[in-house]
Amino acid sequence: MNIDKRLVRKDSLEKLFDILKQNSKTIYAPFSKNSKVSFREADSFSGITTDYIQTTQSSKEVAFPRNEKILNYSKDKEGMKVKGIDLNDIPEVVLWGVRPCDTMGIGELSAIFNWDYKDEIYNNRLSRVTVFGFSCSKSDDYCFCTSVGGNPGNTQGSDILFTQLGENGDYLAEILTDKGSSIVSISSALFEKTENIEKEKFLAEVPARFEREEIRGKLEKFFDSQLWVEQSLKCIGCGACAYVCPTCACFDIQDEAHGKSGSRVRCWDSCGFSTFTLHTSGHNPREVQSQRWRQRIMHKFLIMPDRLSVYGCTGCGRCSRACPVDMNILEHLISIQEVSL
Amino acid sequence: MDDLRKRAKELLETSAVKVVIGYEQGTANKTRALFVEKAEDADCLIFDSRCVQNLATYVTKREVKDKGKMAITATLPVMRSIIQLASEFQVNDNNLLVLGITPESKLVEFKNLSEVETFVHQYQIEIDAKNKEMLDKIAKMTQAERWKFWIDELSPCFKCYACRAACPMCYCHRCTVDFNQPQWIPVPSHELGNLEWHIMRAIHLTGRCIDCDACYNACPLAIPINLLTKRMLEDVKINFGSYQPSIKADHLMSTYKPDDKENFIQ
Repeated sequence: MNIDKRLVRKDSLEKLFDILKQNSKTIYAPFSKNSKVSFREADSFSGITTDYIQTTQSSKEVAFPRNEKILNYSKDKEGMKVKGIDLNDIPEVVLWGVRPCDTMGIGELSAIFNWDYKDEIYNNRLSRVTVFGFSCSKSDDYCFCTSVGGNPGNTQGSDILFTQLGENGDYLAEILTDKGSSIVSISSALFEKTENIEKEKFLAEVPARFEREEIRGKLEKFFDSQLWVEQSLKCIGCGACAYVCPTCACFDIQDEAHGKSGSRVRCWDSCGFSTFTLHTSGHNPREVQSQRWRQRIMHKFLIMPDRLSVYGCTGCGRCSRACPVDMNILEHLISIQEVSL
Repeated sequence: MDDLRKRAKELLETSAVKVVIGYEQGTANKTRALFVEKAEDADCLIFDSRCVQNLATYVTKREVKDKGKMAITATLPVMRSIIQLASEFQVNDNNLLVLGITPESKLVEFKNLSEVETFVHQYQIEIDAKNKEMLDKIAKMTQAERWKFWIDELSPCFKCYACRAACPMCYCHRCTVDFNQPQWIPVPSHELGNLEWHIMRAIHLTGRCIDCDACYNACPLAIPINLLTKRMLEDVKINFGSYQPSIKADHLMSTYKPDDKENFIQ
């Protein structure tokens, strides 16, 4: 299929933003706070930052918020009344400025939320998200998308992928889905017809560093390796890696009671926490950090491909950037590949 | 630092310690913790001004502690943390040897923790000018402004607990936030949940925090949570005199005296 390619002038992005607003879209875009770039709701175009290799947090919150009410309840003489969440309240969202490693992550996250049980809230949220991917012209030491099936101009997961044609240049817009086309239809003057533009020369160069199939093969025989102990010795067991990850989907269910009524809330959780697998009996099948670290790597590079046919890592490098003790996932994956069995 | 490497080697060769905790080169000009168990690996140890992670957080980590006697590369904040930990019976002369690094970057080995304490007491804990200015600015805010400031700062927190994990004083096997019967602190990272967590953290560290900024440095979102503990440090100073970690000391938040000026507890 030929992709519909258009040219969007640099100055047209603000106009596009305004048109989306006029069409009642909620826009999430990257903003800088305390020198960290994160997605948040954008009221106006000014202030949206473009100067980032990768945002500190992934964009997964738009479909999988850190805290989400999944039902409300109240108790009275007649008993308990449970009320589900009104899915009509979910807004139409445009996710603006997402890097290709995050757009790819949406597919991996969706695989988890539709593995067996189809998560209604997640799927409803995602169905109302239009993804504006922005290709990468820069990368850093932490990036490794090309080792895990991605690339700096990957269209996977985007509804429209924008690629800036040189510093301060105009944008090539690749219209990839019906959602993308519907955006073009409300702002067609901004999406100019264009001759075939090649985006490749404007993309960052990210060399491939390992073969993920090879790692998967190693992991099958690797459960009892001492390597997990060595790698995880400096891990302090926080959840920073999981919370910034575009594909980590673990959650905890909490009831928040206020007298006779309350709500049930789904909250992010992390397999790195010591209490994550703690049983009521007091037994903990993952007693030490090495077992938790092993779970993290195994889940992404063995369990997910086995069960869901997708890997759980997009090479965004966020976990390594966010790690307070410099646990570098790329380095650890390379050392797994290098081990001779 | 050749003398550090040499000493680490000797300690491991003579089995005086089982592991030397220090720093190595990390990613993108960062440094990170290194656990040297074989003498030949001691050459990877480095020390320079980038080495700011508070390594004392590892001396209570089970997987490290279980290796046997530890030696630790300790800058002044690390030494302070160790003395506070000693006063809380978490480390002692049998399980820890301190390879001190003075503020002038000189290696100094201490025979015991008592010597470390004497060394540490030469220096007062002083909040740096930039943070002091920020504390003053916050103190001068109206109550409403201050509330808004903290809600804005704390709202992004997603409760990854990197602050807790990086803090040497947060060694509890099970933290208050992990209890659910009863649930003291709301688990969700919403406004109330975040506020209660950070206030609780600051209160639990009052009279124990040695102002190393490990919590702030660990925060992936760079939330200035160290301002809370710094504020408590200042309040302690005003009400009880300067705090200095001491092996045998009354603990501020767990000490009751019949002649306390407050009468609510009597």
